[in-house]
Amino acid sequence: MTQSRLLSVLVDNKPGVLQRVASMIRRRGFNIDSLSVGPTDDDTISRMTITVHVGRQQAEQATKQLAKLIDVITIDDITGLRNVAHELVLVRMHAPPGERTELLNLVDIFRGRIVDVAPSSVIIEVTGSAEKIDNFIELMRPYGIKELARSGVVALVRGDQARIRLMDFAIDGDEPQAELSRLQGVAADTTGTV
Amino acid sequence: MLTGAQIALESLIREGVDTIFGYPGGANLWLYRHLPDYPKLHHVLVRHEQGGAHAADGYARSKRGAVGVVFATSGPGALNLVTGLATAYMDSVPVVAITGQVPSTAIGTDSFQESDVIGSTMSVVKHSYLITRVEDIAPTIKEAFHIARTGRPGPVLIDFPKDLQAAVTAFNYPEGPVRRRSYPAPPRPDPAKLRQIAELIKGAKRPVILAGRGVLIARAEEELAELAHQAHIPVGWTLLGTGAFPVTDPMALQMVGFMGAGYTNKAVCDADVLIMIGMRCDDRVTTRLDSFAPRVEHLVHIDIDPAEIGKNVIPHVSVVADAKVALRELNLLVEPKREHQWLTQIDQWKEEHPVRFTNHSGLLQPQEVLEAMYARCEDEAIVLADVGQNQIWAALWFNYGKPGLFLNSGGTGTMGYAFPASMGVKLANPHKTVFCVTGEGGFVMNMQEMATMVENNIDVNVIILNNSSLGMVRQFQDDFYDGVRSAVDLTFTPDFVKLGDAFGMKAMSTDRLEDVGRLLDEAMAHKGPVLLNFNIDPNANVYPIVPLGKGMLDFVEAS
Repeated sequence: MTQSRLLSVLVDNKPGVLQRVASMIRRRGFNIDSLSVGPTDDDTISRMTITVHVGRQQAEQATKQLAKLIDVITIDDITGLRNVAHELVLVRMHAPPGERTELLNLVDIFRGRIVDVAPSSVIIEVTGSAEKIDNFIELMRPYGIKELARSGVVALVRGDQARIRLMDFAIDGDEPQAELSRLQGVAADTTGTV
Repeated sequence: MLTGAQIALESLIREGVDTIFGYPGGANLWLYRHLPDYPKLHHVLVRHEQGGAHAADGYARSKRGAVGVVFATSGPGALNLVTGLATAYMDSVPVVAITGQVPSTAIGTDSFQESDVIGSTMSVVKHSYLITRVEDIAPTIKEAFHIARTGRPGPVLIDFPKDLQAAVTAFNYPEGPVRRRSYPAPPRPDPAKLRQIAELIKGAKRPVILAGRGVLIARAEEELAELAHQAHIPVGWTLLGTGAFPVTDPMALQMVGFMGAGYTNKAVCDADVLIMIGMRCDDRVTTRLDSFAPRVEHLVHIDIDPAEIGKNVIPHVSVVADAKVALRELNLLVEPKREHQWLTQIDQWKEEHPVRFTNHSGLLQPQEVLEAMYARCEDEAIVLADVGQNQIWAALWFNYGKPGLFLNSGGTGTMGYAFPASMGVKLANPHKTVFCVTGEGGFVMNMQEMATMVENNIDVNVIILNNSSLGMVRQFQDDFYDGVRSAVDLTFTPDFVKLGDAFGMKAMSTDRLEDVGRLLDEAMAHKGPVLLNFNIDPNANVYPIVPLGKGMLDFVEAS
């Protein structure tokens, strides 16, 4: 039994991170359904939202293997939580003057917007859940889709509480002293998170 | 003000490096330009970068707290490291590889000797860096060493463009601990889980411990022995865990799994409480997964790497922590216990299924060579094994009574590992006898390092168990692939005595048991590398062995 897992991953905003994440997922034999990445309010941190298609045990493996990557700060499996999980689609529709009204009605129903108007076509933007976007695309099909671009999912869990406060990840000192004592057989006083 | 190359070398000294294995080329020449200015850094010129990577691995594996260091140039030089890095990665060995790269302005232009080294090595390193600013060199090296040696250790690669080796900046080695929010220290063991394990041990009727390399990395052998003796728990080990517990201890089982001792497999399959410490539990341990520990009621897994928990087998209780810390704290909770029935049962299995070999041919048997070696050094020599039959023979027929005396590429199974790695081991342990046990196939894969060994007079006794074939593959073909011998005949192999002579390396050969002791004595007395070729029974096989696709109890013994 495989299912889609929604992973929200905070990573160091460094070159090559996307390749490390993608490469690890491929190497362990997991399939990525979608992946989106962008900076957060802290420009040293990016958030990746990844949908992987895996079995239950694999989901845990995927999470743990991702967490092991040095550039991954934290990883949160938010599947099944009360999420806002949205995609964005841009569709260039065949729409000569005189045939636009019906199309515009549908766009309104989906709370979409016209973001470009040309002599015989328009570009429509719709955001929402994957299901909503799927439905919208199906409804547009008969009117003549000329071109389409769709993003991956971005997601946050609903509610007041941020899922991850970076304060939680204050680095504990692996002091050279402490490290040396570990090698000598005395445990360093370390309190790890994750 | 120093150049980037000088900063890198200064930084290595700050990290306690004294030995570097390397090979120069166009893209790391600034490093080599300044290397002679740092006499504290002993550079060993290997004859192939793969040899350098394995030597650095051997150095780190055999010296407490050390990180192995290897230099290579860009493109082919760096790519030749890949197998060595993979070997270190699978066996959790701290190695730092510094590769030259084409100038940063030329990256991406397919310039001469350019390759995507970061991309090519991504899945076989713990982490990697591309230096992009001269100011980053010192902090990057500091962080690289920290990551290589802490947590679950592993190789780290630093790709170092040529222009940045020549660029100039002030040198300030960062003080204090490495701080990186995305690399937390390993957690402390959960006390509730430890109490739970102590209770399980108390109630166990047929407990077994399996120890992996994690016990050796954490230097937790004493804590392991204390637990075993305190609660009377028999201890088996993985190939890489060999040495974590003395073979001669009354509580000792032997290696487990595919080619493990029959009595270890029997004990594991009958255990009600099985405690796995510092191991990955791969297919060589479990054989057919559903045959592994079928009667176990409580499976306990202790490992520093959370991703190992539940990867291959799903434990009932797991602890993510350093093995030494976990065992020390567990030992405080475990009550003394005396076990008779279970130990009597195990003693009976030991009698019924001893690790043994037979000699039907009258030809020299590999085990006879190993026994003669062991008789000469007992627990004082370090033995490296290559991959294949020689690896299993060396694991089973040498009674490792102390930790750290048996080293091999257990994870990747890299043929050609042992010979170059033994250089690193000897340089890290100049006062120990070092044996490199290999086959004629694996030896030839990296035999160019004879030049390095002779040049540096590295006193390793190389033991070639020569059966004129790729023995393990031949055994598999005989037993599991319809008996069709295909591409395994190595009769066409060099005359190793003449080969040694050509390299200036003392070399001797025999196929007679009565010569074995004399040759070993001569080799051990010789101050310098020696090549000993033993022509053994070409049909000698590894036993016990679980036939491919079969379960733990289906092991076949020597007949």
